[in-house]
Amino acid sequence: MGGSVFPQWIDRARPLFGVVLAIVPVYLIVMAYYGGSPQTTDVGYMPDQPVPFSHALHAGELGIDCRYCHTTVEKASFAAVPPTSVCMNCHERIAADTALLLPVRESWASGEPIPWVKVHDLPDFAYFDHSAHVSRGVGCLECHGRIDKMDQVRQVASLSMSWCLECHRNPEKHLRPVEFVTDLDWKPSEDQAILGKRLRQENNINPSTDCSTCHR
Amino acid sequence: MSTITLPAEDNTTDDPRRRAPLTMGGQTLTSITETVARIAERPRPPRAWYVAFAVSSTLTAALILAAIYLIAVGVGVWGNNVPVAWAFDIVNFVFWVGIGHAGTLISAILFLFRQRWRTSVNRFAEAMTIFAVICAGIFPAIHIGRVWFVYWLAPYVNQMAVWPNFRSPLLWDVFAVGTYATVSLLFWYLGMIPDLATLRDRATSRVRRIAYGIFALGWRGSGRQWHRYERAYMLLAGLATPLVLSVHSVVSFDFAVSVVPGWHTTIFPPYFVAGAIFSGFAMVVTLMVPARAFFGLKDLVTLRHLENMNKVILATGCMVGYAYSIEFFIAWYGGNPYEQFAFINRAFGPYTWAYWIMVTCNVVAPQAFWFKKVRTTPWMMVIVCILVNIGMWFERFVIVVTSLSRDYLPSAWEYYRPTAVDITMLLGSFGLFFTLFLLFCRYLPMVAMAEVKAVLPHHHAAGDWQTPAPAEPHANGESHQGIRYPDQVSEGH
Repeated sequence: MGGSVFPQWIDRARPLFGVVLAIVPVYLIVMAYYGGSPQTTDVGYMPDQPVPFSHALHAGELGIDCRYCHTTVEKASFAAVPPTSVCMNCHERIAADTALLLPVRESWASGEPIPWVKVHDLPDFAYFDHSAHVSRGVGCLECHGRIDKMDQVRQVASLSMSWCLECHRNPEKHLRPVEFVTDLDWKPSEDQAILGKRLRQENNINPSTDCSTCHR
Repeated sequence: MSTITLPAEDNTTDDPRRRAPLTMGGQTLTSITETVARIAERPRPPRAWYVAFAVSSTLTAALILAAIYLIAVGVGVWGNNVPVAWAFDIVNFVFWVGIGHAGTLISAILFLFRQRWRTSVNRFAEAMTIFAVICAGIFPAIHIGRVWFVYWLAPYVNQMAVWPNFRSPLLWDVFAVGTYATVSLLFWYLGMIPDLATLRDRATSRVRRIAYGIFALGWRGSGRQWHRYERAYMLLAGLATPLVLSVHSVVSFDFAVSVVPGWHTTIFPPYFVAGAIFSGFAMVVTLMVPARAFFGLKDLVTLRHLENMNKVILATGCMVGYAYSIEFFIAWYGGNPYEQFAFINRAFGPYTWAYWIMVTCNVVAPQAFWFKKVRTTPWMMVIVCILVNIGMWFERFVIVVTSLSRDYLPSAWEYYRPTAVDITMLLGSFGLFFTLFLLFCRYLPMVAMAEVKAVLPHHHAAGDWQTPAPAEPHANGESHQGIRYPDQVSEGH
């Protein structure tokens, strides 16, 4: 008989094949969706920097405003990483001879910039403008999280397209008065839903969701 | 008691007093298995198979190379450019999807209508459906340009929070063709399980036993298995039946939903469906005639089967011809000058040659099937069917290209010319189709053995094909063969 090449247990295992066939596609889709998601692959990215600069110390404890170093954030698409001279404004006098700051002093002497490692790196096909967001009351916090509590900067948001669109479609939840954009500790004094709606109306905020808004 | 008389040599008779036999040459259960299974079992197919396979696999290789070239360089290697943004890619897609329709019609609709002659040709035609859908699927996949994003066609959970446009007929197409491919494949495979088990049981080598054994899914032919099998077959036939009408309707929406003159017509769905069945049957006959000769299937796929298919071709050919004329009537009657121009341009404009090839092949050629001589002579019907295939390809060319090349904006008019890559891919798709088809002939049961056995004359107790005895109902309401028939019960009382 033809069936004899197969062992007896195949008959009992047959329902199992059906179950496996049903589960495998679901498993693969779930793995691809969650495993390949920027939420999994990108959030928590925390590269070592050439200088162990602590935002927790400077922005948190000392209360230096974000814009003291990232000067262009309100006017340009790119939030400038400060040149060594900005560091030296203070560190010519403060902690001027610590070993930790040696690379900064070397950079100052030689004129070679410090090779900071970019943490929040959008793909080249996505256009993003800091000034457009900051000048309309989207706080630094919304994308970067509590930088003022990080010794070493890490990525907290997925920066995926769906994450961008979530806010572009419903900006109310993420708006604040413009004067508080850099205040990482700011809490709304009224219901965020009401405040956000009012701010949206006052500032005429209608974020576009056309493809060409970000993919130019 | 009825006796089995040997059927006459001609089973194409339409004598209503006797039902023509569906198999010839005094077939028995054994002879059918032998005839069909031996094709897949013999170590070497006929020489013609090798010649055909060499040609078709070469063309397939050309298709693959052309596709690689296209992907590496970009869709600019094709001749289509604005205003003719759709050309051979869509023409070939629509053509191949249409070819598949004969298989679905034979396997589903003819099954539900109890057209028992389908049993000899359904396996063959269903296989062609699968292969045609594969050929069709290639073109939309590569014409999107960035082939590596082809999965964006499907609405899947993604990180971009974007979905395909559900209001676009192009997305409906993805669903229609995807469903079609899935159901056709399931139907084809399900129908093949008993025959695969036959091949498994007859297999002499271990490899064949294991291979056919896996795909036979442990079929043993028990009563319960047959019961469930036939239930499932019936359900799938019911599922596949609307697909015969829906798939090409949706394909026609790609055109009809747009506003291009010559595309924007409500007649498109029925017209496309008729054309699809027309071209599908023509392709089945074109391939069936040589296949039954080379593989010795003339007694199972008889002239009657071919004649029946030719009648379908004649009927659908007339529908297509009617649709062509109605399009012109509506263009005039509708009073839209753009529509009128589109049709005059179609028949007498720069692509007039394509239009008249289409009319000659699709409307004039099938009229030959009014003659029984043509319907029952293999070489004649093959010529007509090849013409129909050519005509149906040109129909899609005429619809797609002439409408686009001259639409509302005369300054943008352009005369489309295919490039060598276009033509290579068209020929290559035929190569792929025939390659798959030849492999099917070589390794799988070409005729549904189990189903043909069920329509053997002596399986019909009333003796379908002999002159029936004068009706003499027995007083007890039983037929003279001891089997109770519902319609005879009433006569007894």
